[in-house]
Amino acid sequence: MLEPVKTLGTRAERKRLLDVQGVKVAYGAIAALKGVSLSVGEGEVVALIGANGAGKTSTLRAVSGMLKPVGGSITLRGQDITGHKAHTLVPKGMAHAPEGRGIFPNLTVEENLKLGAFLRHDTDGIEADAEKSFTFFPVLKERRKQMAGTLSGGEQQMLAISRALMSRPQLLLLDEPSLGLAPQVTQTIFRILREVNAQGVSILLVEQNAHLALGLCHWAYVLETGEVVMNGTGAELLQSDDIRKAYLGE
Amino acid sequence: MYGFLQHVINGLAAGTIYALVALGYTMVYGVLKLINFAHGDVMMVGVYVGYAVAFLLGRDSLGSTGSVLLIFAASMAACALLGFLIERFAYRPLREKPRLTALITAIGISFALSYGFQLDAQVNVRGTQVTLLPGAAARAFPEIITPVEWLNIGDGEVVIWNRQVISFLIAIGLMVGLQYLVFRTRFGRAMRAVSFDHRVAALLGIPVDRVIAMTFMLGSSLAAAAGLLYAIKDTSVQPLMGLYVGLKAFVAAVIGGIGHVPGALVGALALGLCEEFVVGYTNSSWRDAVAFGFLIVVLLLRPEGLFGRVQAEKV
Ligand SMILES: Nc1ncnc2c1ncn2[C@@H]1O[C@H](COP(=O)(O)OP(=O)(O)OP(=O)(O)O)[C@@H](O)[C@H]1O
Ligand SMILES: [Mg+2]
Repeated sequence: MLEPVKTLGTRAERKRLLDVQGVKVAYGAIAALKGVSLSVGEGEVVALIGANGAGKTSTLRAVSGMLKPVGGSITLRGQDITGHKAHTLVPKGMAHAPEGRGIFPNLTVEENLKLGAFLRHDTDGIEADAEKSFTFFPVLKERRKQMAGTLSGGEQQMLAISRALMSRPQLLLLDEPSLGLAPQVTQTIFRILREVNAQGVSILLVEQNAHLALGLCHWAYVLETGEVVMNGTGAELLQSDDIRKAYLGE
Repeated sequence: MYGFLQHVINGLAAGTIYALVALGYTMVYGVLKLINFAHGDVMMVGVYVGYAVAFLLGRDSLGSTGSVLLIFAASMAACALLGFLIERFAYRPLREKPRLTALITAIGISFALSYGFQLDAQVNVRGTQVTLLPGAAARAFPEIITPVEWLNIGDGEVVIWNRQVISFLIAIGLMVGLQYLVFRTRFGRAMRAVSFDHRVAALLGIPVDRVIAMTFMLGSSLAAAAGLLYAIKDTSVQPLMGLYVGLKAFVAAVIGGIGHVPGALVGALALGLCEEFVVGYTNSSWRDAVAFGFLIVVLLLRPEGLFGRVQAEKV
């Protein structure tokens, strides 16, 4: 338990954007996170991989304020945000596209996007950002007046990501964007994520599909039963025997 | 034929009032998945506030447009405040608890208001008796709108009173306004988002607590307006009117499909007409039996209400 976390490769120096220190999360008596530490630098894509129930979603929830950690601290640009309520973190530059996509099925695509920009009042800027989503995902433009519940799974994921981007975040938290999607759709989504990152948005990406996540990220953490057990660059982890056995099915 | 027409008019007039109350149930259910059983009693409190304002204005100034507006404004504001307090101190602490806890609390508040108002409490302020709680007896509700026949067909065969027209216009105006608010504004979008999933709504920066509080305030002030319209029609006010009218409006909301705004309207109009026909053509003691019978039939045939959609309970 007290083994040092194994590190593979070296991480490029970056200014810290998010810092998670020894965060603990419990659901009633069940400890889901037993002290998770990780960080995201500015402009960095950080992947969080791990088996079912490892605590990936719980980590994102603690960061975005969906649940209160019972221990540890979370800072955003050096400012303490531990236990802050979710809605107060959006104006600080955080956006979280939750597990299961969380789109509002009985609202139109357009209304879902507008809700992503709930705290903004620059009508022209909001319109421009919606247009930008439509260039990322043209199918959303065709469907803009349609109820979001009528979209396919892939389209809903596109909407969830677009909606999260509507608040112009600096840090985007994504929970399994590839879940249940056809490989082609997944590729489209990951291509867009690369582009979003190139435009300066940092991403903390939770993925079951370790191949994809490790291919995209600058740095990755491996989570096992509520603890970080390994970290490293995507390339090095892809080479590692442990990872290949446990997460890449080789 | 004239009789039938008169019944339709009376039924619609009663139905629009039920609709305003039903909307409050439906809105609160929409954002909290809670049947706010205290809603009718908040309405009753609003009527007493209106009564007090009318009393303070004095008999001579009643009947003017200004006094009506003042009475409605005071009553709606008081109920908005009461709704805010109930949500803030009774329901919010229970939000993450099992839903039954909040439901029982709602019933408790309902009883506290409807029976609390049956107490007699007066204080003596420099020689004048000031009534704090009105006591159990029904009181005559003052004529805040001077009755005038708006339309008279066949020499009194069919009469539409001005209060019926005013009541209809106010109710329709408030409902159109509500529909606009919910479906065309930023706040309405936030309400619908909170209604579907408040955790996700918070992730988008929506201040969920504030949206819920405002929904309560809105629903409560609609109830105040409805209560006044009801008291004007009934020309009386009593502490149990909230339980009684509230239950009917709840039936209307369930018939329409709870959580569904136009459904509440249709359910309420149907209930108003149904009651009026029962009273007109059979025996008035059948009225409540028919109202609840209607509820049972609707629920047997369409458990989700006329317009509601079946949705899995969220946990
Ligand atoms: N709402 C909850 N109530 C109780 N236990 C929970 C709850 N949510 C998660 N857990 C438990 O906490 C642990 C971590 O769950 P979490 O959802 O964070 O894992 P995950 O890595 O995201 O898994 P998955 O890949 O299946 O999404 C699991 O053991 C899970 O059973
Ligand atoms: Mg998960």
